[in-house]
Amino acid sequence: MSAIRFENVSKQFANVGHTAVADATFAVAEGSFVVLLGPSGCGKTTLLKMVNRLIEPTSGVIYLDGQDSRAVDATTLRRQIGYVIQQIGLFPHMTVAENVAIVPDLLKWSKEDIAARVDEMLALVDLPPAQYRDRYPAQLSGGQQQRVGVARALAGDPKVILMDEPFGAVDAITRIGLQDALLQLQRRLHKTILFVTHDVEEALRLADKMVVMKDGRVHQYDTPFNILKNPANDFVRELVGADDMVRQLGLIRVEAAMQPLPPDFTHNGQPTIPQDSSLRQALSLLLGDGVTTLVVTDGAEPVGVLTLRQIQRYRE
Amino acid sequence: MTYILNNPDVILRLTGQHLYMTLTALVISLAIALPLSLLLLRSERLANGVLGLLGVLYTIPSIALLILLLPVFGLNQKSVIVALIIYTQVILVRNMVVGMKGVPAYILEAAKGVGMSGWQSWRRVQLPLAMPVIIAGLRIAIIVAIAIATIGAKFGAGGLGTLLFDGIAQNRYDKIVAGSVVVVLVAILLNRLLITAERHYQKRHGS
Repeated sequence: MSAIRFENVSKQFANVGHTAVADATFAVAEGSFVVLLGPSGCGKTTLLKMVNRLIEPTSGVIYLDGQDSRAVDATTLRRQIGYVIQQIGLFPHMTVAENVAIVPDLLKWSKEDIAARVDEMLALVDLPPAQYRDRYPAQLSGGQQQRVGVARALAGDPKVILMDEPFGAVDAITRIGLQDALLQLQRRLHKTILFVTHDVEEALRLADKMVVMKDGRVHQYDTPFNILKNPANDFVRELVGADDMVRQLGLIRVEAAMQPLPPDFTHNGQPTIPQDSSLRQALSLLLGDGVTTLVVTDGAEPVGVLTLRQIQRYRE
Repeated sequence: MTYILNNPDVILRLTGQHLYMTLTALVISLAIALPLSLLLLRSERLANGVLGLLGVLYTIPSIALLILLLPVFGLNQKSVIVALIIYTQVILVRNMVVGMKGVPAYILEAAKGVGMSGWQSWRRVQLPLAMPVIIAGLRIAIIVAIAIATIGAKFGAGGLGTLLFDGIAQNRYDKIVAGSVVVVLVAILLNRLLITAERHYQKRHGS
């Protein structure tokens, strides 16, 4: 069963001419990382906020775990859904621990359970609890604050997490660090994540599937690779930079393009590359080292070879 | 100064009356201002109207206001307390409205987003964050109330103003000084108390 299903969901705000979201229909599989991508004003945030009912749809239904999201009280619903926003929204008068404890506290967990959960969550986002528990948000860097924001969203152990441009306000280097941390977390936790961004690179990096939106409409819903390879229309092509071959290569893993080891293979000094690297990294290595062949490895074990010719062929 | 030392019983009694009037007025004033400011938070137009009206009331000279209240409440502490409530209302309401409005919308949305009810969001997030501004208003209100309460002596309400008016009538300079000094001390003391409370809230912001 899909974790979230949008069925003909539309939103028309009063006193606004255009439709914020028009007839969105798609399903998000449990445990998948789905990115809503589009220019500002395209309706992606509106669509996100309709999931936890900060905004109510004008028409259509959103199903969570097969259940109409309007079947439960809105505050009860929100306590079951993690929520991270761009401005982070940590409560400045509460310590880091108190912020993380909010949802478990609203869910009336016991004091001991909450304390244990807070430490577990802080450790999870790489903030040593003993050091950070009693600090106030103002005493943290932007990146650290957003880690606390993520810890807070995870604390109530929600199945679904909504993230609204969570890394939009931090510098580029911190953002990449946060993206990596989020991907690692996701590999361990397998939450269903809906993530809003207008940053194409970020979307391609994080998404299992992307929802490309413009003017309230969903233009394409597919994996990053399929969207790059077969954009639905000119808007999508331009937005994701589908003509950028290097960008596409960044999404294909080396193992998909490599050749098995020839029987007479001997490893005499060619550079190696792990099989889960991207073809973009492989290309960069080929060009940088000025060699014609790379040895693909699984751990330390050579499993295949990769040449420039194979990369070209894979593109076609 | 010698007057204070020689008449501790008088000073104590008058200070008691003074504090009674001031604090009673403030407690009632807070009880009115809190629900009123919550109401005003819902409508900008209503807020402008009500704050304008309270501002006009604030500009009425205190003696004039007391004279207007006498026929209704009589020549006693009640009239003075009502006058103090009217004067402090605008200060308290304005600071409450400004303080609560000053809490950024995204923080309130975060509160809603994590699943707080309207009441929880107000009680746990909006009110504590508005507290420094509200306490700042309370400080001004207390000083205004202490000052205006001195006039109460002219209207049979007692209080430290008694020393001032008696001193003027009897040409007793020592009484005037004693009255002034004690009024100032009371004001400073209450102000310090509230500054401590304000610091407590600011420290909680980690700033």
